Amino acid sequence: MSVETASAPVIEEKKKEGLFSKKNRRVLTDPLDDNNPITVQVLGICSALAVTVQVKPALIMAIGVTVVTAFSSLIISLIRDSIPGRIRMIVQLIVVALLVTLVDQLLKAYMFDVSKKLSVFVGLIITNCIVMGRLEAFAMSKKPWPSFLDGIGNGLGYGVILVVVAIFRELFGSGSLMGFKVIPQWFYDMGYVNNGLMMLPPAALFVIGIYIWIQRSRNTKLVNVS
Amino acid sequence: MEHLLNLLIKSIFVENVIFAFFLGMCSFLAVSKKIKTAFGLGLAVIFVMILTTPLNYLILRYMLGEGALTWVHASLATVDLTFLAFILFISTIAGAVQLVEMVVEKFTPALYNSLGIFLPLITVNCSILGTSLFMQEREYNLVETAVFSVGSGIGFFLAIVLLAAIRERLRYSNIPQPLQGLGIAMIITGLMGLAFLSFSGIQL
Repeated sequence: MSVETASAPVIEEKKKEGLFSKKNRRVLTDPLDDNNPITVQVLGICSALAVTVQVKPALIMAIGVTVVTAFSSLIISLIRDSIPGRIRMIVQLIVVALLVTLVDQLLKAYMFDVSKKLSVFVGLIITNCIVMGRLEAFAMSKKPWPSFLDGIGNGLGYGVILVVVAIFRELFGSGSLMGFKVIPQWFYDMGYVNNGLMMLPPAALFVIGIYIWIQRSRNTKLVNVS
Repeated sequence: MEHLLNLLIKSIFVENVIFAFFLGMCSFLAVSKKIKTAFGLGLAVIFVMILTTPLNYLILRYMLGEGALTWVHASLATVDLTFLAFILFISTIAGAVQLVEMVVEKFTPALYNSLGIFLPLITVNCSILGTSLFMQEREYNLVETAVFSVGSGIGFFLAIVLLAAIRERLRYSNIPQPLQGLGIAMIITGLMGLAFLSFSGIQL
């Protein structure tokens, strides 16, 4: 498993059949709904819900987690044969910590205000269970390309939840989306007030609890998962 | 002194690691099905938190921060290694957890058996790393760091034992099928968070 086998296919992804074969597509799309890391696998609820007060930080956080999950899966999968079993946790942690440090430094360099808003939560991607969970469950035993897809899929599945929660909280909490006013002034004049509860941390839990409720009512095979 | 007491109360109740920052939610939800295991995990988290956060403070103060290496040689005064914080913090935590595990196994096998798998899992508990990162961001000194870590640990312990108690009772209530398990646990955590918000504004 050299680096070439993993990176060469990316360039000519349309021509080769096997790359986006049905199996690989499933690896990519499953985590978006049926096997969502947050609502079904119960991984990675930690930390990041705290950044869902507004859409923009949530979006950036989602991208950060996707990048870290995808590339740590790729790297771990590439070196999986040479990691001694007993210390694999430490090796995984170091790889993840390295990638998170890169993301953090990039954010600090190019988006300082967002980086301030995310505060410690970028660093907490290291202990995000999604990253470790996918490394243990998938990347340690699969080839680099599917691992990479799996990482992207899980990162996106996580991002979807984060952004949905953030949309609800920002829309109802401050009447805007991505910082732009959405709810018009005449609506406020008629007596509408922003829902202050949505700005408080517990609101994220309510929104996600209701999301799980809706998802499981629609998709009954998910009931009794946990 | 009052300032420290305030910090303690703030970190236990007002800025509870779980209800205000969602740190350590994974183990919080996974291990809160029985009071007994929740109790064990809570104690282990308090212990590791008190051990690692001051340790990380010392690492930050004497190895990483800007000018921290002056004690080695005067010419190192301008070196700033703060970007290495993540890697060193997580290594400290992993190392400390390993150490605690060995010590506990050697001296109190009974406690070791009752904690079981939770001890190694604490390494990836966000609340531990989160406390260290908050310590860095808010620039606490050593005493404040110690108080803050005690408070955060107790906060996690309190939260997980309370949720476990509620979930044990929940087994007898009639919840809609799709909401059972994870869904209702989330909503209850939210309600508990609302209750804890009422502590805000308490000053000594």
